[in-house]
Amino acid sequence: MTAITQPIAHVADSAALSVRLKEAAATAAVTVLLCVPIILFHANADINNVLHAIPRPWAVAIFAFLAFFGRLAVSNAAAKREARPESGFAAAVRQASAKYLPGIGLAALFLYPFVLMTLLGSGGSLKWVDSYGIQILIYVMLGWGLNIVVGLAGLLDLGYVAFYAVGAYSYALLATHFGWSFWICLPLAGMLAALWGVMLGFPVLRLRGDYLAIVTLAFGEIIRSVLVNWVPFTGGGAGIASIPKITFFGLRFASGPDGFDAFFHFAYSPLHGRMFLYYLILCLALITNLVSMRLRRLPIGRAWEALREDEIACRSLGVNTTNTKLTAFALGAFFGGLAGSFFAVRQGFISPESFNFMESATILAIVVLGGMGSQIGVALAATFLIGGFELLRELDFLRAVMSNGAGIAALCVGVATFGVIRSRRLAAQATLALVCLVFAARAFHWAPDALFDVFAMPDFDPAQYRGLLFGLAMVVMMVVRPRGFVATRAPSIFLKERKVVSGALVGEGRG
Amino acid sequence: MRWRTDPLLVVEHLTMRFGGLVAINNLSFDVGRGDITALIGPNGAGKTTVFNCVTGFYKPTEGRLALARGGGASVAEIEALTRSARRGATTEKGELYLLERMPGNQIAWRAKVARTFQNIRLFQGMTVLENLMIAHHNTLMLASGFTFLGLVGAPSYRAAEKRAVDRAKYWLDKIGLVDRADDPAGELPYGAQRRLEIARAMCTDPALLCLDEPAAGLNPRESGELNALLHLIRGEHQTSILLIEHDMAVVMQISDHIVVLDYGEKIADGTPDEVRNDPNVIAAYLGVSDEAELADAEAEIGA
Repeated sequence: MTAITQPIAHVADSAALSVRLKEAAATAAVTVLLCVPIILFHANADINNVLHAIPRPWAVAIFAFLAFFGRLAVSNAAAKREARPESGFAAAVRQASAKYLPGIGLAALFLYPFVLMTLLGSGGSLKWVDSYGIQILIYVMLGWGLNIVVGLAGLLDLGYVAFYAVGAYSYALLATHFGWSFWICLPLAGMLAALWGVMLGFPVLRLRGDYLAIVTLAFGEIIRSVLVNWVPFTGGGAGIASIPKITFFGLRFASGPDGFDAFFHFAYSPLHGRMFLYYLILCLALITNLVSMRLRRLPIGRAWEALREDEIACRSLGVNTTNTKLTAFALGAFFGGLAGSFFAVRQGFISPESFNFMESATILAIVVLGGMGSQIGVALAATFLIGGFELLRELDFLRAVMSNGAGIAALCVGVATFGVIRSRRLAAQATLALVCLVFAARAFHWAPDALFDVFAMPDFDPAQYRGLLFGLAMVVMMVVRPRGFVATRAPSIFLKERKVVSGALVGEGRG
Repeated sequence: MRWRTDPLLVVEHLTMRFGGLVAINNLSFDVGRGDITALIGPNGAGKTTVFNCVTGFYKPTEGRLALARGGGASVAEIEALTRSARRGATTEKGELYLLERMPGNQIAWRAKVARTFQNIRLFQGMTVLENLMIAHHNTLMLASGFTFLGLVGAPSYRAAEKRAVDRAKYWLDKIGLVDRADDPAGELPYGAQRRLEIARAMCTDPALLCLDEPAAGLNPRESGELNALLHLIRGEHQTSILLIEHDMAVVMQISDHIVVLDYGEKIADGTPDEVRNDPNVIAAYLGVSDEAELADAEAEIGA
């Protein structure tokens, strides 16, 4: 049997090779055509303000090279995809992780600031608690809130940031004008946001799909415009500054004798205030999660999902679709408002800048990337996206590697290796070896420096590639996992055993 | 002849216009309590439009749809309700509703009219059991104290949920899908999806069940099972059935009363035997087979 099939497979392979080469050549040609107007000339103004067009043929060549071998690598990856049987050990690990992962993850989240504090000291861990821990958790909470509207009820909402803004401004205004405590303002902010959710909900009840998306987008922009233009009330573009900080039963997190640390006889550290905020947002996010998980198992949650699947069938079964949609909008907005009011107390300063469309898009991207309707998927996506953005700021070594040319050279070598070698494992090993060789060659001047200068990017800043990487990550994700990280749906009730529902069957919602 | 003595639904002068198009024109018929009533007619006769009016998906341009649950309502009671602005009222023997005044979800929940669809509308990504649980939505919403009691896990809600599951199990048993209760509805074979849609409608405990072409695409064995299911529904659950069907064998075999529509108007109304021999029906279904008209046509072309 093998003797017969082998030559045929070989023929098919070699036939495919010419096709693949043709495809790769075509891709490279298109890349060259695109690159000529965009990157061939570098426009540079000299001291006399005269523009010079400096040609960069090497840049075009590098792009064409990457396109050619990148295309080959993609077709290689697509061709060699065979399902390997899962070993008993891997299956056991998977089952155990599914069982214990929530508990372990929760414990890790609660221990995270303490572990950092012991490892890095109170000064060094501040950044990790604040711009990683708190920042990511805010987006996790926003993602879970929006997940109710988009993931469960299937209502595409592009203006979610409006409720975040309502929550933030509610706290900021109530606290600065009336001096109300955060703990009173927090539920108030949530309720005000929910009220706006219902107000948005009413006019858009009849709209579906694209139309709904456009109106919610407009709603988000209206709220932002009001914040910018209603200067006497909101402070306009200048925003609201010196918003009261959070207190712990009336104790401020400050260095004075009436502060938190003095009261408990701790040495003063700014980290304590941040840690308190971290636990606060962790609790808020967990409440969001708990409530939406519970609601999924209640008639209202089931009606949301049914609404996403088929609105007409819902009506024929006596489900009041108006109320069902409004509760989804209101509850999603409520959690957005809570997160907004937390944002205001954390920052101490808010302005309309923080509530632009990019925020809505990021939150929606988190929900879609996570897998619509999946709680754990949303949390993973928020960590991946927001944590990834923040990590780009840390990659200073990349700046050195990119500016001396070794980075791009290594990238070219890697892509070429994956394009030429079809076995994935072999290609990975070869790439590792070759990349090390490239770095060594640069470091020890084995090759002429002029060669590396071709690849050099003198003013490279990883943080500037945020948008590019964001887009790239989304495209790759949607190609590899079109239904998000978690592409299955867990049923809300079962008779004998809980079987997961494949994402291919689950509706995305048209209203 | 129950539709003449004890009607569940009285449709009078029903007219539905879409702009200039008259889909139904001055249609009146009765649906008998406990009957299987068939609505037949050629394609485009307006059968599904009648369904959409009865179940509240369309608001009729004109006409009255009076549904009397329980023991029927007198003409005086219907007239009294019509003069008032209300949607429904309790009568001496039960409850009376004017369907043309109610939104679809109220028709399903208050007047207890359930329906299935010509192109199956199941919640594909939800399991079979979840599909049936949605049918208990309003009961469970009340039991969960509009979610608040359910959120804290009140025992009264848990008991209500258990009752709903038991009810779902009962219907799953009747349609032979107990073993597939935890599978997504979208993975079921076509015939099972049709049966599940009927079971889901029955879980709302309807007084009137409207079936839009339930036998479409079924093989003869599945058709037989469907007949048995409909007889069970009528016999054990006192649910009256209104159905649209193209398969004349099915229609003649199971229905007590047939209403025939053509171009939005009623052309015949009676028992299967009466309808079968009605010249208007034969003409509508088979085209004109009139000797005289044939002679006219021949004279016209000068043959």
